[in-house]
Amino acid sequence: MTMIFGVPTAALFGQLLLGLINGSFYAMLSLGLAVIFGLLNIINFTHGAQYMMGAFASWMLLNYLGIGYWPALILAPLIVGATGIILERLLISRLYNLDHLYGLLLTFGVGLIIQGLFRNQYGVSGLPYGIPSQLTGGQNLGFMFMPNYRGWVVVASLIVCLATWFIIEKTRLGAYLRAATENPTLVQAFGINVPLMITLTYGAGVALAAFAGVLAAPIYSVNPNMGADLIIVVFAVVVIGGMGSILGSIITGFALGLVEGLTKVFYPEASSTVIFVIMVLVLLVKPAGLFGRTA
Amino acid sequence: MAEAALATRPGAARATAPLLKVEGLEAWYGESHVLHGMSFDVRQGEVITLLGRNGAGKTTTMKSIIGIMGKRTGSIVFDGTETIKMPSRLIAKLGVAFVPEERGIFSSLSVIENLMLPPQIKPGGLSLDQIYDLFPNLKERSGSQGTKLSGGEQQMLSIARILRTGAKFLLLDEPTEGLAPVIIQQIGATIQRLKNDGFTIILVEQNFRFAQTVADRHYVVEQGRIIDMIPNEEMDASVDKLHRYLGV
Ligand SMILES: Nc1ncnc2c1ncn2[C@@H]1O[C@H](COP(=O)(O)OP(=O)(O)OP(=O)(O)O)[C@@H](O)[C@H]1O
Ligand SMILES: [Mg+2]
Repeated sequence: MTMIFGVPTAALFGQLLLGLINGSFYAMLSLGLAVIFGLLNIINFTHGAQYMMGAFASWMLLNYLGIGYWPALILAPLIVGATGIILERLLISRLYNLDHLYGLLLTFGVGLIIQGLFRNQYGVSGLPYGIPSQLTGGQNLGFMFMPNYRGWVVVASLIVCLATWFIIEKTRLGAYLRAATENPTLVQAFGINVPLMITLTYGAGVALAAFAGVLAAPIYSVNPNMGADLIIVVFAVVVIGGMGSILGSIITGFALGLVEGLTKVFYPEASSTVIFVIMVLVLLVKPAGLFGRTA
Repeated sequence: MAEAALATRPGAARATAPLLKVEGLEAWYGESHVLHGMSFDVRQGEVITLLGRNGAGKTTTMKSIIGIMGKRTGSIVFDGTETIKMPSRLIAKLGVAFVPEERGIFSSLSVIENLMLPPQIKPGGLSLDQIYDLFPNLKERSGSQGTKLSGGEQQMLSIARILRTGAKFLLLDEPTEGLAPVIIQQIGATIQRLKNDGFTIILVEQNFRFAQTVADRHYVVEQGRIIDMIPNEEMDASVDKLHRYLGV
């Protein structure tokens, strides 16, 4: 058996792949949080529940309507994004003039309610969702075995993250977003509909979470608590990357997934805490996060 | 008398009606009451200034016209439309554009992105080439971060970006503040040119010598009210009075 640093290579690469997959989810979720925080100044604690809703939406589409994985990849984010838009219009928009804390409490409470509703209806044992037939099986890469679906998750997440980055940093719409993040009053005075932009941005951030949920459905079981477990780590990722930095949250998400995977290989006892240890260290040295700008 | 006679002719009333008519305007920052019944008007094609000491309420008047003051009452009629209750984005769409005192250049946008940010409101705005003719510096620096420009360049960018929109009614809040004499001259020439092109402009100025070179009339603001109006021809004769008003 080939060994690297006293570890079988297959195990090393296996964990790195697992880390990369986790990193894909960290990146997509922290990216959504960053987009929402940038414009709304609200830390969206409903994000985990919305990720879970994405997974459930694809399960429901399949089991109630017979709509499969590929359409669900588009439909579930649209449906969950629409619920996000309703939430923003109905509740969140009333809090913009208040302290951050209110938005945090509201979105946290709404997240708990949503999870409770799904638990009541579907229990906590988890529902199965199959891998689409085109992506079953895997490839022998020589140094490791790579399940096709997991490869797809990494690629899809990279595409979505880069597309989001491109829209925000390189397009005219993105320029509106960045400008409104800096000075919404002036952007509004140029004749741009900022409240509408805020609503749609929240919807888009939520849709990103739901997209991650659909990708997750065939890997993790579809479970009302799936978001709650993940989102704690994602918030640590966001703190490390720097709240509101787009590229920062993508890079930090993938990097921390890999760090976690490596820790599983070399010091498994620390694998569940390593991200939080990094968070503490980063906060000590750079309180605004690695990519954050100090206000 | 002649004016009254003119106004009775059909169509004449419309021709002489001011483009902007502000009446009994009051405005608040939270609890603090800042404007106490401003009344003045601006005719089509005119350049008027608001002169007054620091804190008199000049900026607040502009913010009220463009609609970004939280609480404002009274009446602001622009081009026949009452705007006192309108959100700023709709006022902007009527063709009003604002250059704020702090310039409002976005640091997360490049120069060209800053320039292209305000959407076109009406046809007839300047093209990018015409803007670069007016402000050659902006062309050279178009890729730089907006806030990396010098103070003067930022002021030019702030004016340039609203000229693209087709808005013909401009609110310029202290465009010459803190700038070198050559740049003040350049901005003066730009205002002169806009005036010749038929723009209507409200200019806030501390420097009434500069104001005199471009304006038709001057309103003096004190403690949230208009206390005097001086036609530009009478400025030289009113120097003593102005010194008293402005405390210079
Ligand atoms: N954001 C604000 N919050 C509370 N009060 C304000 C605010 N901005 C201005 N004021 C107050 O409103 C009054 C009018 O201010 P304004 O900015 O309109 O004056 P100004 O004539 O433009 O003065 P300057 O020549 O210094 O620019 C001042 O007393 C000022 O202290
Ligand atoms: Mg001012």
